[in-house]
Amino acid sequence: MFPYPLLTIALLVMWLLLNGFTFGHLLLGGTVAVFASWGMAALRPDKPRLRKWYLLPKLFGIVMLDIIRSNLAVAWIILRGRAPGHRSSFIILQLQLRDPTALAILAVIITSTPGSAWLEYDSRRSSVLIHVLDLVDDEAWANLIKNRYEKLLLEIFS
Amino acid sequence: MTYSAADIPVWAAILIAFFLLAGAFLALLGAVGFLRLPTFYERIHAPTLSTSWGTGGIMTASILFFSISGGRLVAHELLIGIFITVTTPVTFMLLARAALHRDRVENHPDIPRRDGVTPGDDTTVN
Repeated sequence: MFPYPLLTIALLVMWLLLNGFTFGHLLLGGTVAVFASWGMAALRPDKPRLRKWYLLPKLFGIVMLDIIRSNLAVAWIILRGRAPGHRSSFIILQLQLRDPTALAILAVIITSTPGSAWLEYDSRRSSVLIHVLDLVDDEAWANLIKNRYEKLLLEIFS
Repeated sequence: MTYSAADIPVWAAILIAFFLLAGAFLALLGAVGFLRLPTFYERIHAPTLSTSWGTGGIMTASILFFSISGGRLVAHELLIGIFITVTTPVTFMLLARAALHRDRVENHPDIPRRDGVTPGDDTTVN
């Protein structure tokens, strides 16, 4: 009945946010969401395997905090310039993540955090080219992404 | 239906003004950075200020204002935030890869090549 539970719930929430919460809209939105997720199932995309979905809020919290912090950091750089010894540079990172959905989430995280941009993913080498605005230590950055985001994503999908 | 700004309490007005100004300030800084930073790859970072907390601040202010003055939770602005966050990486990657392609064709010395080696400086981290 529910081939994509998360998609169904997300569509229902979107319907209720746009139309206001009434019982009628709950029924109508629910029907639309169920039929839309059947439509999605008919396309047979690779189904993402969420193993530990309860870790998603934790990831969300960490990312929100980091986005606030890096917003301030980048705002400071634009206003005052980089501190001496800091430079902007490319780093190439070897990833263990293979799952396309998890990679998409990581790309969204890295891009929406100001100060780092996901440029190019090489699926043959499973490496990603990232540009960092304020770089001091390559290793530290690589470890940050690997330990803070990739580890958690590996646990969630896998 | 119109809402009057005079109807909301002072503490809410201060909070709303804070989020609105913070969001607008970050969006402005993003635009300034876009103008001032020297290279393409540095400039690409500046607009993310607008797409993250620039949008986030204005969105929060809008949710607070209409929820408080309307007397019920109005949160469809969240959808704007979600869709902006999910779709910006697509544009960014397109722009960045176009720039990378151009620089590689021109054999620009600072750009990592496809085989993962930066000419002059090996920055591969395992």
